[in-house]
Amino acid sequence: MDALLLSLRLATCVSLILLFIGMPLAYWLAYWNWRGKFFLEAIVALPLVLPPTVLGFYALVALGPHGPLGRISQALFHHGLAFTFSGLVVASLLYSFPFTVQPLIASFEAIDPRLLEASAVLGAGRLRTFAKVILPLSLPGIVTAVVLSFAHTLGEFGVVLMVGGNLAGVTRTVSIDIYDHVQSLEYAEANRMALVLLIISFAVLSVVYGVNRKIGRRVWALWAAR
Amino acid sequence: MGVVGGEITSAQLAVRVRKTRTYRDHRPADRTPFVLDVALEIPPGITIVFGPSGAGKSTLLDCIAGLLRPDEGRISIGAQVLLDTDRGISLPPQKRQVAYVFQSLALFPHITVEQNVAYGLVETRMPERGTRVNEALDAFRVRKFAHRKPHELSGGERQRAALARSLATSPHVLLLDEPLTALDAGMKKSIMDDLRAWNAAKNIPVLYVTHSREEVDALGERVIALEQGKMAVSGTPHEVLAAPRRSSLAQAAGFENLLTGTITELRESDGVMRVCLEESDCEIETPLGYSAVGDRVKLAIRAGDILLATEPPHRLSARNVIPGTIVSMEQRGATVIAKVTAGRNAGVGEGVSFTVHLTPGAKRTLGLEVDCPVWLVLKTYSCHVLDA
Repeated sequence: MDALLLSLRLATCVSLILLFIGMPLAYWLAYWNWRGKFFLEAIVALPLVLPPTVLGFYALVALGPHGPLGRISQALFHHGLAFTFSGLVVASLLYSFPFTVQPLIASFEAIDPRLLEASAVLGAGRLRTFAKVILPLSLPGIVTAVVLSFAHTLGEFGVVLMVGGNLAGVTRTVSIDIYDHVQSLEYAEANRMALVLLIISFAVLSVVYGVNRKIGRRVWALWAAR
Repeated sequence: MGVVGGEITSAQLAVRVRKTRTYRDHRPADRTPFVLDVALEIPPGITIVFGPSGAGKSTLLDCIAGLLRPDEGRISIGAQVLLDTDRGISLPPQKRQVAYVFQSLALFPHITVEQNVAYGLVETRMPERGTRVNEALDAFRVRKFAHRKPHELSGGERQRAALARSLATSPHVLLLDEPLTALDAGMKKSIMDDLRAWNAAKNIPVLYVTHSREEVDALGERVIALEQGKMAVSGTPHEVLAAPRRSSLAQAAGFENLLTGTITELRESDGVMRVCLEESDCEIETPLGYSAVGDRVKLAIRAGDILLATEPPHRLSARNVIPGTIVSMEQRGATVIAKVTAGRNAGVGEGVSFTVHLTPGAKRTLGLEVDCPVWLVLKTYSCHVLDA
């Protein structure tokens, strides 16, 4: 159960941090037009196609005692990031990044630009327009972003193995735990954990699809009633 | 410009803008950039901006609201400068105090009508904020829908809500981009009456954009006709609609009959010329254009300016009496639309086709039917000569 709790903790941290990083970035990518934008879009989508081992390898190098992130951490907290929970979080942020940013961009872009112009003409600056118009109207996208990055982080294997290793209670997540059990031919335990992961993933995806179908009016109603 | 109770009551809007736009979605062949280049002075009250689609009407409004940045120009309301490219001044839309009702209205779908109306009043403190919201809700008769969401309203109610939202902020200028096009005449009139009543007190310049000739006739005191980014004509609705210069404006202005012809004779002392229509044997008298015998011209004639007679009329001041035959009749609302062919084409035998509007009563009294022989009666000055 340690492994499951660790995975849930990791996925929660990652999906929430990503939401805060992803929101301004998605806003920028959705509404700004500049020539080099495609370059940034490609970088954002990169973790989707990169083998987790490749991503994990570079993450490990960056987080290691001689890598830039590792050095910063060493200077600030007097310990490195490789094979720690924090290191795992940083690597997972990279890995699940597109799963937060893409739904956010899609839902921001789906908003009628005239609504944003109407807000501006009525005297609202960018921040107010974001808080009062963009945010409530892209609530389904925000829920999708959080849920998808949560589920994706929960299920990761390669990156975690590369960066975190396999330290019980520190970096041994569910997927690695399952792998360990299979390696030691403990199929019953492996099955138990795999089933839990399967159920959680299924539940999470049901939420995403359910929310995207029904969220429209209901969530607006909730939002407005607060 | 007078200042009463802290509100500017009668500041004129002065606009001089040049804006080049290239539309990316166009095929390369017709990727000629569109240029809006106008200088206008809009006094308080309603001014209609009229023109066919693509004439630059919405571009003009977007420039005034600050949603588009002109290449060059100056926009001011009274003494307040909104834009001056020479001095590097360009206020963002949220600082301009220009209200803008879009064609799509752009009501916020997730909040109620009341919250929509209050949206522009965040900086107003509470007791006054409530008063202003209620004032706007009452002025546009949407108080009883205050707690509904936009999608729960009818088209006219949404329109009223959008006006209330825009005007609650006490803007210095109101821009309306074809907001009433989708509504029926009665609804349109009642909304315009409410807008006029509101503006009788506030007296701000209102720019009302439309491509509909009916709206120009119904609403306008002053009309500015835009065409291909330039101001084509300005004046009263009658002056603007009666004198189309180019054929696209004529179509927009509701000239149902656009005919081509060849000038056969000039009678300069009478100020008229004779034009042979579309290679037929049908000849009519029109006002003199800047053309010579043998030139091809375009003529614009309103369907409502043509009279029908069931026997050859005589002792009439109208100079054009053309025999023809009714080929079809169709009633739309209170208008009967008749198609009449006249004359004969050399060889083909089809003749010239005219569209004539008449009332159902006239149709009954004259006993008009399809295939009836009729005489078309046309005054010389109802035939508008356009640049060919």
